[in-house]
Amino acid sequence: MSTTPKIALIAALVLGVAAGAADAKDKVKVGFIGPLTGGVSVNGLGGRNSADLAVRLRNADPKSKYEYEMVVLDDECKPNVAVQVATKMAADKDIIAGATHYCSVTAIATVDTYHKFNFPVIVWGAVLPDITYRNKYEEVHRVNGTMINQNDANAELVSKLGYKTVAVIHDTTDYGKGHNEYFSKALAKIGQAKIVGTFGVTADQQDFTAELTKIKALNPDVIYFGGLTPIGVRIRSQMDKLGIKAAFDGTSGIVSDAYIQGLGPLAEGTLAFREGAPAEKLPGGKFFTEKYNAQKYDNPPEAYGPFAYAAMDMILDTIEKVGPDRKKVIADLANVKDRDSIVGKITFDDHGQNTVPVITKYVVQDGKFVEWDDSEYASGKRKLPGQK
Amino acid sequence: MDAGLLAQYVMNGLMLGMMYALVAVGFTLFFGVLDVIKFSHGDVLTVGAFAALASYVGLRTLGLNSNWLELVVMLAVAILAMAFLGMAIARYLVLPLRSAPALNTLLITLMLGTVLRESVRLFYPQGANPKPFPALLPRASIDLGAFNLRLDNVLMLTAGVLVIVGIQYLLNRTKLGLAIRAVAQDEETARTMGINFTAIVLVTFALGSGLAAFAGVMNGLYYNEINFGIGLYLGVVGFSAAIIGGLGSIYGAILGGFLFAGLQTIGTVMLPFASAYKDVFAFAVVIAIMAWRPTGLIREKISERV
Repeated sequence: MSTTPKIALIAALVLGVAAGAADAKDKVKVGFIGPLTGGVSVNGLGGRNSADLAVRLRNADPKSKYEYEMVVLDDECKPNVAVQVATKMAADKDIIAGATHYCSVTAIATVDTYHKFNFPVIVWGAVLPDITYRNKYEEVHRVNGTMINQNDANAELVSKLGYKTVAVIHDTTDYGKGHNEYFSKALAKIGQAKIVGTFGVTADQQDFTAELTKIKALNPDVIYFGGLTPIGVRIRSQMDKLGIKAAFDGTSGIVSDAYIQGLGPLAEGTLAFREGAPAEKLPGGKFFTEKYNAQKYDNPPEAYGPFAYAAMDMILDTIEKVGPDRKKVIADLANVKDRDSIVGKITFDDHGQNTVPVITKYVVQDGKFVEWDDSEYASGKRKLPGQK
Repeated sequence: MDAGLLAQYVMNGLMLGMMYALVAVGFTLFFGVLDVIKFSHGDVLTVGAFAALASYVGLRTLGLNSNWLELVVMLAVAILAMAFLGMAIARYLVLPLRSAPALNTLLITLMLGTVLRESVRLFYPQGANPKPFPALLPRASIDLGAFNLRLDNVLMLTAGVLVIVGIQYLLNRTKLGLAIRAVAQDEETARTMGINFTAIVLVTFALGSGLAAFAGVMNGLYYNEINFGIGLYLGVVGFSAAIIGGLGSIYGAILGGFLFAGLQTIGTVMLPFASAYKDVFAFAVVIAIMAWRPTGLIREKISERV
């Protein structure tokens, strides 16, 4: 290229940029991290779409001061990958704040990274209590509740239904181990049912027949499962193969359409618990579902989509209020009290944890996760296996 | 331990061992003819299982409702498609790298495995989710105390045994088998005897990949659930089984497959610590066996492979 066209090109570029800046709003980057590939990617994609929805609605709003661009990174639900992408995002000074992590293993692995880089994040899906409570990092917040709350509700329901013996299967990640710990504690506190066996399994295990045969010999009323959908589907289906009649009691990790699609009629009667409430029962649920459907995303929002939306929306609100500056965003997020959101009022405690622990109990009835209190199982019309 | 329970463990172990053995036989076949390790083998199994599932969905839309016919069509589609895929992999990825270091083949097939796996996830509708696999075999079962003897498991085990016996017959009693063994023994001599080397390699890859498809369908029928990650783990286990049995020996691969399944079951049942360590236990024993007999349990005769 000779010199003259080069200069002309540069001049054109400069002019172009100047012209563009004249009528456009300042661009501000925000981040999203979730599992976009791998076994739980449906939840990650649902969360990403929901966060993207918050950004799109904001950009469409003529009153917003900035034009937002969402940087999306994939943590693959693996701690080592999560630390890499978290570092990449936090090190980019143009990115002001992020809605991060569905998987507890990745969320707990990255809190130190966010703290080191002073990068404000709002966790949108992970439920391990340690994420907010192990340290007191002003950068880390969470809009959803923790697994302590859901396991209290779980143990209470299991005891109330008159079950006496429980076998526990949990995956050996922080997520599964946490569930095992808090469920066991909660059950012991009530003192009605006892745990007859605890089995740790790997998070990508395929064959559970050996564990389940051992459980069959223990003959428990309930099999409690602390883990995510993919192996939940396998365990439930292999229970049937071995002729185990116990009730199947899951956690928030299996509340997804994928669980029901993966099992078909076998999903019937599965119990599960989740922080928050189903989209249609949330204060902003109708608004969220309408807007989400209007965007025609490929995947459904899944259980934690509304939380991802609420997390991103809170980030955008804060940036609108204090400007695109990480320090100011952190300072403002320290004072969140009774903030309205589509998932209800949000109040962060001194650890950045939302303290409004709404827990919803679910049972699968006719191929849907139905709220326990509205179900035919609660009214006595149908009975769970072994229900007294 | 109660006898019924023991029988249940043995049955679980046999089913698992059969799938491992089928995968291991593939590894051993490929190594036999070309001295290569094809790491995409497990993912070919995944694609096979998904091909079967897709043809099932296709048949259902056509309004077909006979379980046996569906099963036959699914098996045929999966096995033929994977045999073709196996041939394509051999023709376009493995054979061109014949003169390159063996490491290149290993790496290129490892990457191909990732491509296959991620393609299933991305291009199969909702491929990231676990998929229900239809239970097409008769579901009758007898409860013998703690042992739930299921007809479908018996049928699958029988089918697996027949397939392995068939492969054995093919290799030892037919002209094609003779040609495969000749190529495995000495490529140059086989060529001078008028054996079409490329054709034999392609046939062997078709055979091994067809076996993987069979194992994939069996995996689906056994668990009634498949996902895009099944092949990754089965590939690693199948490979280890082929190694401890003695890479290049069919009997070794079968022995290795059942041995590995046995170790995993023992790891869960007998050992006092949590079942989470069963893989640690099984693979640790594999390491010990390899240290003890580096060429595998059934040593390959110098003059014969496959």
